[in-house]
Amino acid sequence: MARTITYREAINEALAQEMERDESVIVLGEDNAGGEGAPGDQDAWGGVLGVTKGLYHRFPGRVLDTPISESAFIGAAIGAATAGMRPVAELMFVDFMGVCFDQIYNQAAKFRYMFGGKAVTPVVIRTMYGAGLRAAAQHSQCLYPLFTHVPGLKVVLPATPYDAKGLMTQAIRDNDPVLFFEHKALYDLSGPVPEESYALPFGEANVVREGGDVTIVTMGRMVHTSLEAASALAADGVECEVVDLRTTSPLDEDTVLESVAGTGRLVVVDEANPRCSMATDISALVARKAFGSLQAPIEMVTAPHTPVPFSGPLEDLYIPGAQRVVNAVKTVTEYAR
Amino acid sequence: MTDERIVPVTMPKWGLSMRLGKITDWIVAEGDEVNAGDDLADIETDKIAGTLEAAGGGTVRRIIARVGEDVPVSGTIALLAPASVTDADLDAAAEQARAVIDAGVPDEASSEPVVQTAEVGGRKIRYAGAGADGDVVLLIHGYGGDRNSWLFLQEPLAAGRRVYALDLPGHGTSAKDVGDGSLDLLAGAVAGVLDAIGTSGSAVHLVGHSLGGSVAAAVAARDPGRIGSLTLIAPAGFGAEINAGYLRGFAEAQTRRELKPVVAQLFADESLVTRQLVDDLLAYKRLDGVDTALRTLLGTLVGPDGSTQRIDSAAAVAALGGAVPVTVIWGRADRVIPAAQADAVPGAVRRRVIDGAGHMPHMERAAQVQAAIEEAITGARTG
Repeated sequence: MARTITYREAINEALAQEMERDESVIVLGEDNAGGEGAPGDQDAWGGVLGVTKGLYHRFPGRVLDTPISESAFIGAAIGAATAGMRPVAELMFVDFMGVCFDQIYNQAAKFRYMFGGKAVTPVVIRTMYGAGLRAAAQHSQCLYPLFTHVPGLKVVLPATPYDAKGLMTQAIRDNDPVLFFEHKALYDLSGPVPEESYALPFGEANVVREGGDVTIVTMGRMVHTSLEAASALAADGVECEVVDLRTTSPLDEDTVLESVAGTGRLVVVDEANPRCSMATDISALVARKAFGSLQAPIEMVTAPHTPVPFSGPLEDLYIPGAQRVVNAVKTVTEYAR
Repeated sequence: MTDERIVPVTMPKWGLSMRLGKITDWIVAEGDEVNAGDDLADIETDKIAGTLEAAGGGTVRRIIARVGEDVPVSGTIALLAPASVTDADLDAAAEQARAVIDAGVPDEASSEPVVQTAEVGGRKIRYAGAGADGDVVLLIHGYGGDRNSWLFLQEPLAAGRRVYALDLPGHGTSAKDVGDGSLDLLAGAVAGVLDAIGTSGSAVHLVGHSLGGSVAAAVAARDPGRIGSLTLIAPAGFGAEINAGYLRGFAEAQTRRELKPVVAQLFADESLVTRQLVDDLLAYKRLDGVDTALRTLLGTLVGPDGSTQRIDSAAAVAALGGAVPVTVIWGRADRVIPAAQADAVPGAVRRRVIDGAGHMPHMERAAQVQAAIEEAITGARTG
């Protein structure tokens, strides 16, 4: 039965249900159990934002605290995956992936290919991303384009509690390495989530709002920003179709192209920096495969090509807001050849 | 409303959790004459879009609810009255109705129905009821459906009755394990729910749709003395022909793109297949265990040749020997099980074939189906 829980609780529930279902599922990361030797629940953090809280006692021996050494524990998780486990490792902030990038893009991503399909690497790397928490330049980035670029990795960005649970379940059951991106600003978002287990397939975008005038393609936190803009625009008689990609790799090209075929206009909304991003990727896709449908140039709403500012007012300006989406939609709807 | 000649048209309650509805289009205008069953307005809730049909005839004298505004359930949206009612009286009634809409939904109005659980053969079977006392009506959905299939009927039928809708094994929020998927197992689950409800001293009226119709017939055959009436809506089990392609397509569809054209075959009016409906079905299909349940039940419905019906419910109905009054309702445009099979239901059966409806007449032509069920129940013996 569906009841309302948060995005954080939805991820926790998916972890717990998969650990219950499959003994090979383990969880590891910094403070995932609440600090080495943590004696009780009240001291157990369950990771820096509490996502794995409660699992340490429920699944003895299967929630491992790790030192602050990403290269070691991400490597351990990937190694365990090649040896038959299904580890879910928490790489606290995606900004820290630099120190363990080799294990991810040059090891995990390559095993299936290099060993002729005989090796699988069913590892999930959970990580937080995104600005808005006044966490400055080294703890606020949206680095999913870097992982999307690498063949052999799957990249998931849930926008809602329902999607978070279903996509995490699929991530754990998937036989390939999955980067699971959790936006810090979404953890307290509530929504209906079935109690039972379910897996949402990768590579299936979700049309979260239907409309015939403009297609907005987006993902992660920006789904909500785009929906806010779409509501405001509807009051002015402009109907936006909002497509949540859900996963950037694999990418559901068909849903994007079908939507643009219906609207003839595209705005891509992406919190990441603009160069070599999902915004440019989707723009290129549509320019190549739906050029004949386009009635206006494509607009991109993204962060600027700068680090995330530490200054609060500047950070607020940095993050794409609904007004910027509204402006971009108006630019494409009012375009005249 | 003091003047009895003024008949209010009210916002229906479609589904136990509905609190608000929105008119998306008025099909009638002030001054129009309407008859029972005529389409009045298109209405949208956060769950579903549907068309409200007139419960009775009259002249539309005032339209109260504007297109696009939220109206609480049972709020008056229009007034029917004969020409003899004065404008002044109508204006007074309209003003009262307007005040109700403007007041919105009271905060304390409970939005979630109480869902109950019966443990039958180790499976949790969920059901929800409407209405406080009186005869028991049990609504049994079809293949791939759930208790929400009855959202247009459960509340309206509950005046003076206890109306329950259940989720069959493998469906909705009930246990997803269907065992061998046999009709016997499904009928056992339904009988278990009747036991849990407690029906002693009350007549039990069974209403089953499609696969649920076969289940209802099987339940009635087990214990006819308990059953007041049997209403079968586009039931399985009364002929060879069935759209096996639909059933397989439903079981196998993995994405919205695959599922939408399959589900469209259920309706005469395909515009009823909203994104929300398809998304809800996909969310159900993706629950662990549902895939196996649907594939198992497919084998119950379709024989080894892969194209004809396996269930035979005619024997079960014939065995009732007229002890239980039977009503059969079919949509003339049914593309899953042909309406011609209504004639194959044995015995002195009331038959209603409804125009403008496909395999889901209880969703497409709810008012007519409600009237037929009311007639079946009223015409039956009571407890």
